[in-house]
Order: sequence, then structure tokens, then C-alpha cells
Amino acid sequence: MHYTLHFGQVTPEIPYLLWGALISLELSVMAFAGGMVIGMVGAIMRLRGGRWLSRLARWYVTFFTNTPQLVQIYFIFFALPEVGILLDPFPAVLLGMTLNAGGYLTEILRAGLASVHQQELDAAETLGMSHLQTLRYVILPHIFKVVMPAMTNQYILMTLGTSMAAIFGVEELTGRAFNINSTTFRSIEIFLLTGGIYVLVTLAATSLLALVGRYAFRARVRIL
Amino acid sequence: MSFLDIHDLGARYGSLRVLDGIDLSVEQGEVVSLIGPSGSGKSTLLKVITGLMKPDRGRVTLAGAAVDYSNRKSLKAARDRLAIVFQQYNLFGNMTVLRNVTVAPTTIKKRNRRQVEEKARELLDRVGLGDKLHVYPDQLSGGQQQRVAIARALCLEPEILLLDEVTSALDPERVSEVLDTIRLLAKDNIAMLIVSHEMSFVRDVSHRIAFMADGRVQEIGSPEQIFDNPQTDRTRDFVGRISRVGH
Amino acid sequence: MSPDFLSDLPKLFTFYNILLWGEAALTTLLLSAVGCIIGMIVGFVLAIARQSRRRALIPARILSGLFVEIVRRVPFLITLMLFFFGAQVLGFDLAPLTIALIATSVISTAFVSEIIRGGLETLKPAQLEAAAVMNFTPLQTLRLVSIPQALPIVIPPIFGYFVLFIKDTALASQVGVLELTQAGKIMTTKGHSAFLVYAVVLALYFIVSYPLARLGGYLENRLVLSRHS
Ligand SMILES: Nc1ncnc2c1ncn2[C@@H]1O[C@H](COP(=O)(O)OP(=O)(O)OP(=O)(O)O)[C@@H](O)[C@H]1O
Ligand SMILES: [Mg+2]
Repeated sequence: MHYTLHFGQVTPEIPYLLWGALISLELSVMAFAGGMVIGMVGAIMRLRGGRWLSRLARWYVTFFTNTPQLVQIYFIFFALPEVGILLDPFPAVLLGMTLNAGGYLTEILRAGLASVHQQELDAAETLGMSHLQTLRYVILPHIFKVVMPAMTNQYILMTLGTSMAAIFGVEELTGRAFNINSTTFRSIEIFLLTGGIYVLVTLAATSLLALVGRYAFRARVRIL
Repeated sequence: MSFLDIHDLGARYGSLRVLDGIDLSVEQGEVVSLIGPSGSGKSTLLKVITGLMKPDRGRVTLAGAAVDYSNRKSLKAARDRLAIVFQQYNLFGNMTVLRNVTVAPTTIKKRNRRQVEEKARELLDRVGLGDKLHVYPDQLSGGQQQRVAIARALCLEPEILLLDEVTSALDPERVSEVLDTIRLLAKDNIAMLIVSHEMSFVRDVSHRIAFMADGRVQEIGSPEQIFDNPQTDRTRDFVGRISRVGH
Repeated sequence: MSPDFLSDLPKLFTFYNILLWGEAALTTLLLSAVGCIIGMIVGFVLAIARQSRRRALIPARILSGLFVEIVRRVPFLITLMLFFFGAQVLGFDLAPLTIALIATSVISTAFVSEIIRGGLETLKPAQLEAAAVMNFTPLQTLRLVSIPQALPIVIPPIFGYFVLFIKDTALASQVGVLELTQAGKIMTTKGHSAFLVYAVVLALYFIVSYPLARLGGYLENRLVLSRHS
């Protein structure tokens, strides 16, 4: 078996791929932000929502964490048009990823919120802190310390998950790799290179999030 | 030559020199105790003897053969002759009491399984745990675990037994049961090197006592010499302080 | 829901279609299970290589560390495509299922090896010292002490990973493996309502995943409580 890697045909495409990576990044950041909104609402519903709201949030989590994100997006992209909801690839993928992330982030944030103990709040009160100060200096740092590792992990998984967008024709990093693959047939080189870009992107993301955690919330996150 | 002979032994943790020229010997069947302030390097000495830590100078001779700690064969031969009981019992959590005692003799030393098991039962009987053979370590009290650890060490049939503060992790009421076990063994003809803070026990059980400080043996002698007539100021200081605290 | 959806429902579950769904669900489980079993075996070796402090094993340690860290940072889809097109370029004539099995094994090896490494790290060094002093060889220590102690710790998270991974294997549909998602695609090309088909696919994944997820939660509680038996 002899095969020589030839990156010559592929290297000129690196800028094209990197612009694609930017679209992946956009997708992951937007979906993560949306997922955080769902997650916060969901976590509060789980903990303070009373019987039915809390149940509703639990069902949401159970459904989205027990079915594949890919099929959720299939449903949005191929099934919803039958009931008159027609979405372009990018918004369809974004919606699917957001709803999916909402499920996982609800669980992560719920665990974070649940870990705030009454004693700490009492302690803050005896120190004479206002409600806002308590939130800023006690509750939020505490929650973020607890959830930072899981959130970082979730964000990395989502960054990798954006590659599914290629299946629906979004020309992000993986979509562009598919494009190059179908014109040059240097498959091994292309997918090695693309994989390498994902490694770098996720490494950068972890390091950045670790720095944010360390300086903003004094939380420690393992980079590797 | 003595059974265990240590000459000018040195060891350090990074830049911290812990052993600084240890000279010590233990004869066949002799019980020698090591006493000294916390941090004086007693545990480290046992670690070096057993090859868990490399010395950076000096020489250890066991049964007439110099131990080369960077040579696997030589280390293996030395470890075949000794057994150690740690401060924190270190029983294997995934094995029953009986298996803890028999695993090394049967699997490692390849002795006859039936004979080993018989011996293990007898030893466990002697340490008062004949009814706990099939129990796991975390279902035992600290004192019971420590007695299993002693039985495990003895089942190896070592020529020398090293004991590192075997009672310090125990409740006061457990201490005597473990010490009694050791006292019983001390009558058998086995060499022992004992690290302990239990002065009355040490005095009672040892043939000789070595006082260690600053990584050296400062004084070695009979229990009477060390406790009643110490030859150096440091020993007198230490023994005086210890007995005032009421040990 | 409009009435034509409902009239289509029985046609989705003709005898042959039920066979197809069943086979697809089994393939979905198979992909995840084989991935995790191979992942456990190879993952153990890699985790041990990463733990080793022996000088002779330094290259193995670095390589397995790189493997684990890199594979976990590449999307499943890319790994799958690398193997799919790689096999073509190199002239291997492999069935899609084989390719998918290789890809899932590689990926789960990386993840499971990381779980196992975490499990081995929880072992107390004192246990290993006790073994060393009693002249256990490194292999004997592994067989008699490390593995038996690490197994109950790592089984629940590995099982949890297996359940998570069931959903990831949906991507195998992209190389034409007939698992649940691909079965859905086939049904829609046969003219069934996409709404109905994908609702069924979602439901089937849920039926496979949910009980296993519950079992995983149960295992976690139980194994932590009683470590032997
Ligand atoms: N793993 C280690 N790394 C670095 N330094 C250590 C380590 N273990 C022990 N030391 C240091 O080595 C010195 C000797 O420790 P050692 O445990 O041998 O003392 P010891 O005489 O057994 O004390 P004790 O009576 O408290 O058990 C101490 O200063 C200790 O801080
Ligand atoms: Mg000590």
C-alpha cells in the first residue's frame, strides 16, 4: 500500500476553509447564546416553576437529550415545510442546534443553581450586601465556578456539532471541505487539514474560556 | 555482618535533604525501634530500604548481599526477604481479607495454594480475625485492617519486618490490640525495624532503640540507655519532652 | 396534523417496513456498542500507556496522549469522511457499515480512554506501592489491583457515554449505513410524509435511548454504593 500525501493542491484552499471556520464559529456562538437563554429559563422553571412548568422543562430536556441533534435538524428542515414552515439551511441548523443546546444547558445550569446554598446567601446578608451585590459577588461567581467546566465542554461539543450544517448545504468549514473534496479528490489531505483546523479552533476556544473563567470568576478549567 | 546493614545512607526530596548519612544495623531476630521527632526522616528511611525511593548515596546490605536499587533483579531479591506494614494499612480494596493475605504468596511467590491458605487462616486467627476471612477491608475497623496488614506481611514469611507507625492512625482503644499482636510476634524469631511514637511499647519490645534527628541516627543503644541514661543532649531533650507529654 | 399524515401512518408500518425499522434500530445500537467495547479494550491500553512513568514508554505515552486529544477535537463527520474517502483513495473495498464501525471505534476509543484515565487516577498511589513492595510486576499490579479497582469506577461513565454515543451514530447515515436515520431517509424517498417519518425516527431513538439512559443513572448510583459483589 503506497500513498503519498500531497498537500500541494490543498494548501491554496486554506483561506477558503478558514473563512468557512468563521461561519462555523458564528453558528456555534449564536446557537450557544440561544441555548443559554433557553437553559436559564429552563433551569429556573425546573427549580422554581411549580409542578407543571417544572415538568414541562424536564420533558423538554428528556426529549432533546434522548434524540440525535441530526434528526432534530432533519425534522426542522424536511418535515416542517409540510406544515408550512420553510427555513433556509442556516436558520434551520441554527434553530436545531439552539433547541438542542437548550436541553443540555438547562441541566448544566440547574445543577449550578441548585448548588447555591442558603448559608452563603445568609452570609452575604450579614455582610450587609444588597441583593444586586449578592448576585454580582456571591451568586454568579459561585454558579460559574460550578458550571464553567461543563459549559466549556458543551461549547466544544457544539463547535464540533456545527459540522452537521454541511449536510444541509451550509458552506461552513465542513461544507467547504466537501466542496474541495468533490473538485480535487485529495480526500485524505482535505479531511486531515480540516480536522486540524477544528483541533486548533477548539483549542483556542478552550483556552479563551479558561482565561475568562480564571479572571472573571476565578474558576479553574482544564485546557487539555 | 548484621542481617540488615545500612551505611552512610542519604536521600532527598528535590533539594530537601531528608536522610544525611544513616548508619544502622539489625541482627537476625533482633527488634530495633526508630524514634525521633516528626519529619526526621523515619518513614523516608523505610521507603528507601524497601525501594520505594532511591537513595543518593550510601549502601544497604541485606542478608549479606548489597542491594542495588537501580537493578530490578537485586531489588526483587531484597523485597523477597522483607515485608512492610504502612501507617495507612494499604490493604487492597478489591480483595477479601483472606485474598489480601494470600495473593502475594500464591500469585507472586508461587507457593502451594493450600498451604498458604492454611497459614493465612492460622495467622488471621492469631490476630483475632478468624471470622472475617471473606469480608472486604472497608467493612473493617481501622484496628482490624491494621491487624490484617500485619497478617499479610507475615504470610510472606519475611526475614525482616518493617513497621511504620502502625498505630498512629488508630483510636486509642485500638492501639493496644495491634501492639499486642506485634508483641506476640516479637517473641518469634523474626527481625523487626519498628517506627513508633508509643514509647512504653518501644521500650518494652525493643532490643535496641535508635534515636533519629536531622536525617541521622544520633544515638543507638539499649532501651535503658536511651530512656534512662541518654548519652547525647538531643536524645535527652527528646525523651524528656516525650515523657512529660505523658506517653 | 392534517389527515393525510394519519392515513400514511399504517403504510409506514407494513410488515417489511417494520423489519426495516427493526434492523435499523439494531444497527444503531450495534454501532454504539461495538464502538464502546473496542473503545474499552484499546482505551484501557492507551490510558495505561498515558499513565506509565517508564522511560521506554515515553513515545507510547506521547502518541496516545496526542491521539486522544486530537480525536476528541475533530467532528465525528470529518473522521467518518476521512475513513470513507480514505478507503476509496487507498483502494480498500469496504462496506459502509465496516467503515462506520471503524470510525466509531476510533472515536469512542479516544473518549473511553479518557474516562478510564480518570478512573485510574483515582486509585491511591499507596495501593500501588503496597503491590510494588510485594514484588508484583507492573502487569500483575494492573491485573490484580488497578483494573479491578478502576472497573467499578469507570463502568457507569462508560455506559453513559455509550448512551450518548447512540445519538452520534446518526451520522453514519451520511456514508449510507442503514441505521435509524438512514431508514428515515429511505422512507421519505419512498414518498412517505417527511413529517411523519422523522417523527417516527425521533420516537424510535427515544425508545432506544431513554430506558438505557435511566439504566445508566441507576448503575451510577448502585455501583458507587457497593463496590464489590
Ligand atoms: N512526598 C514528599 N515530597 C516532599 N517532601 C516530603 C515527602 N514526604 C516527606 N517529605 C519531607 O521529608 C521529611 C521527612 O519526612 P518523613 O515522612 O520521612 O518523616 P517522619 O520522620 O516519618 O515523620 P513522622 O513522624 O511525622 O511520620 C519531612 O520534612 C517531610 O516534609
Ligand atoms: Mg512517618
